[in-house]
Amino acid sequence: MKINTIKVGMADLNVTKAPHLLTTLGLGSCVGITLYDSINKIAGLVHVMLPSSKEIRNNQNKAKFADTGIEELVKEMEKIGANRKNLIAKIAGGAQMFNFSSNNQMLNIGERNVIATKEKLKELNIKLVSEDTGGNFGRTIILDSKDGSLYVRTIGHGEKVI
Amino acid sequence: MLDVENLNYFMIDILKELGNIGAGNAATALASMISKRVNMNVPNVRILEFKEVAEILGGEENQVVGIYFELSGDVIGNMLFVLDMSSAINLTNMLYNRENKERELDEMDISAISEVGNILASSYANSLSSLTGLKIAISVPSISIDMAGAILSVPAIQYGHISDHALMVETVFEENQNLVVGNLFFLPNLSSFDKILTALGVN
Repeated sequence: MKINTIKVGMADLNVTKAPHLLTTLGLGSCVGITLYDSINKIAGLVHVMLPSSKEIRNNQNKAKFADTGIEELVKEMEKIGANRKNLIAKIAGGAQMFNFSSNNQMLNIGERNVIATKEKLKELNIKLVSEDTGGNFGRTIILDSKDGSLYVRTIGHGEKVI
Repeated sequence: MLDVENLNYFMIDILKELGNIGAGNAATALASMISKRVNMNVPNVRILEFKEVAEILGGEENQVVGIYFELSGDVIGNMLFVLDMSSAINLTNMLYNRENKERELDEMDISAISEVGNILASSYANSLSSLTGLKIAISVPSISIDMAGAILSVPAIQYGHISDHALMVETVFEENQNLVVGNLFFLPNLSSFDKILTALGVN
């Protein structure tokens, strides 16, 4: 069977079944949240930009926010046969790409995205098993739906599987 | 309230013209720094879905140098100057009178590129300021050498608060022999747009 690599853009989500791959390229301050059901071999990935849909007027695009993005991803995975009780999470991203001395809250957005993501996972009782977050560099991630492993690639900061 | 999705042609033309004037001055500044002819295109007003944002600049994983500025005062927004790696190396070679294209960027190079970005962004902002009479202050430069997608996520997130699209006024600079190609983005916050229109007497 041909293995497809399904690309997920910024403020976007997608789900797949084994043996396909899900990827998002060049994560900066955004967070890539991957969920995996190891029993049904179903994987999902959402690329969120902002912590909370509640702080924003324009919040129709659910995949843009950590809170609504994770909820939507769970729903989409259930539609193709995942069981939410089986889900585990891995996350990557949330970097601070530029350093400013000013106290602009926007620039800590990466960290705030990570915090909001963890809160939402906890609320939904989804266990966070590993993460590669923070720092000041970009990341590309690839989720393997056969075993839930998450490959993280960077420029100058190595690569790893979490 | 004005949103990125419902800008009309008239507003886009104004953004284009502002970009033209700002970038024209920036191109002149760049030309005098490297003592070469510098060409620029007509600014391109891009209204992009977030999904598409990271795909410009040669793809999400393409390694680029990004220099980022915050604008404050009467016009709020950001400026971002982006060079691909070979342009960055060629630019520093021109500034330091060197030839070696195979070298890696060192601290001195990064500081020089950062200063070039600073001069371009300042001359852009200054010309917008003198055209409109509005106060525009510009932050110190912040530089990042990384994946294009990761760098572009920063301005995209700024727009994420107000819209599902990002607004970028993009100008491409080219040194005469095509050794240095840079993209300068002006990323205005639309809440400043009324002020700009009023200042230009077209509101």
